[in-house]
Amino acid sequence: MSEIHFREMASKSWLNFLTFLCGSAIGFVLCSQLFSILLGEQGDTQPDILHNDPHARHADDNGQNHLEGQMNFNADSSQHKDENTDIAENLYQKVKILCWVMTGPQNLEKKAKHVKATWAQRCNKVLFMSSEEDKDFPAVGLKTREGRDQLYWKTIKAFQYVHDHYLEDADWFMKADDDTYVILENLRWLLSKYNPEEPIYFGRRFKPYVKQGYMSGGAGYVLSKEALKRFVDAFKTDKCTHSSSIEDLALGRCMEIINVEAGDSRDTIGKETFHPFVPEHHLIRGYLPRTFWYWNYNYYPPVEECSIQTHVKSNFYYYSSII
Amino acid sequence: MLSESSSFLKGMMLGSIFCALITMLGHIRIGHGDRRHQHKHHHLQAPNKEDILKISQDERMELSKSFRVYCIILVKPKDVSLWAAVRETWTKHCDKAEFFSSENVKVFESINMETDDMWLMMRKAYKYAFDKYRDQYNWFFLARPTMFAIMENLKYFLLKKDPSQPFYLGHTIKSGDLEYVSVEGGIVLSIESMKRLNSLLGIPEKCPEQGGMIWKISEDKQLAVCLKYAGVFAENAEDSEGKDVFNTKSVGLFIKEAMSNHPNLVVEGCCSDMAVTFNGLTPNQMHVMMYGVYRLRAFGHIFHDALVFLPPNGSDN
Repeated sequence: MSEIHFREMASKSWLNFLTFLCGSAIGFVLCSQLFSILLGEQGDTQPDILHNDPHARHADDNGQNHLEGQMNFNADSSQHKDENTDIAENLYQKVKILCWVMTGPQNLEKKAKHVKATWAQRCNKVLFMSSEEDKDFPAVGLKTREGRDQLYWKTIKAFQYVHDHYLEDADWFMKADDDTYVILENLRWLLSKYNPEEPIYFGRRFKPYVKQGYMSGGAGYVLSKEALKRFVDAFKTDKCTHSSSIEDLALGRCMEIINVEAGDSRDTIGKETFHPFVPEHHLIRGYLPRTFWYWNYNYYPPVEECSIQTHVKSNFYYYSSII
Repeated sequence: MLSESSSFLKGMMLGSIFCALITMLGHIRIGHGDRRHQHKHHHLQAPNKEDILKISQDERMELSKSFRVYCIILVKPKDVSLWAAVRETWTKHCDKAEFFSSENVKVFESINMETDDMWLMMRKAYKYAFDKYRDQYNWFFLARPTMFAIMENLKYFLLKKDPSQPFYLGHTIKSGDLEYVSVEGGIVLSIESMKRLNSLLGIPEKCPEQGGMIWKISEDKQLAVCLKYAGVFAENAEDSEGKDVFNTKSVGLFIKEAMSNHPNLVVEGCCSDMAVTFNGLTPNQMHVMMYGVYRLRAFGHIFHDALVFLPPNGSDN
């Protein structure tokens, strides 16, 4: 009887001892975790390598980019200390550009707001074109639907709106997307050599389908005043048709019909200044595979993209809201 | 059941106390710093444009040539894509850049440190650099391959600083009593600091190879402790507006934070116009930075820099 009792006692104290050890181990581990957090030892930052897919959405494309309240990038007031902007300001007066940005109700806060806070401030006039009006943003309501198939329709209506309300306010009329970045100064430098009364338009020239080529929609394009007049007129006189889902191609075809010249927007060394993709895709040699459609579309032979250039105007498309 | 739970709890308490004791002991060993050390924050400012203009044109030319910066980049085989990007971009603007890796990598030339431990790598790299180049370079910049550095801005910052003085600068962090330069922002040492550091590297009491007792101490802290024994203190580099010039984050991250913290001043509040480093970049971003910093220009904006630092001969950037 006492033996059994004794064994029971032994096993109980053995169990006790085990739980004691367990407890101390757990206590030690928890404490060490706590201390390591407090002491804040940093781990290695492991950056993500971008995949070679030009159309891939970037990782930052989640809802965190919603801006609260008024955002002020101080684009005009925060001039660099040692900067002289006389030439740029001179050009601002001489070459007047009206920018209209293709956007939609769901992108106003996500994308268009960033455009508004940054480069758009350097346009002589900027308008945001959406399917619905937004008085607060403010955005013009084109009274269309949204969607990729509506792009050409929106483009036509946008140019029409600009023509009806702002024709005399600018010399050149630029269309950009809400994920495009434009360096206006360089655009002015390009356009300063041309007369806005000539029928001409500029962008990233693609060669297929249209004899004189057409301008890539993604990289943005800019029409002279005469080109705008002819474009709007073409729909009144039925020279161009409304029905097409491929905005840039349809516009390019129309331009050819109405005898608006497709201009050469390359810089003095023959490098392209309008870019349909984000900088990485253009800067890194071999990023875009040789079999990619892009290489066959370019009107001009490719010079080593973006090497040593001083005057480059860039429209970088497919940019996520955060650079 | 009750006795079990009570013994469990007793065990837990004992474990935590034991752990706390060990941590405290470890800390006391580290904190054996200079008792005389003044509890001050050290800040270092960039030169003023007016000061520069007071110097004559010839002197300015001489000054711009007198800077010889040697870049040490500590890499590991897993960093190979970053290494490639860094090799092709900003390191070409160092007067000399060498890569110190933990082991031999076939793809790129490097100096083999034969160790995986960051602090040991750092020690060996500094010793190597000092032994070999003490007469040829007067500033030594240590970086990680996730960093993008603008050497010209570094040279401008160092313009009126005498390398025969013990300088140890970058982005400083205070950890208890220790103020150290974070390796994440880049570490700049003058030749005098290098001299002092190297004289201490052989003394294990001052500059041990294994710093912490239980917890591993990061290499930048170990360096700071070592330098402290030599009388070299960390200083935070700032521009004339008080903004950090060495950054441990990338531009994208700064802007992201600015957009949520102070949306009224995103660009103004973000970064210095004469920033020297950014960290946390991907290889693609390195190329974009190179383009944005050195090539892309807005027509009609002219910058009157009081001084020009040309990249060394043979660099194609």
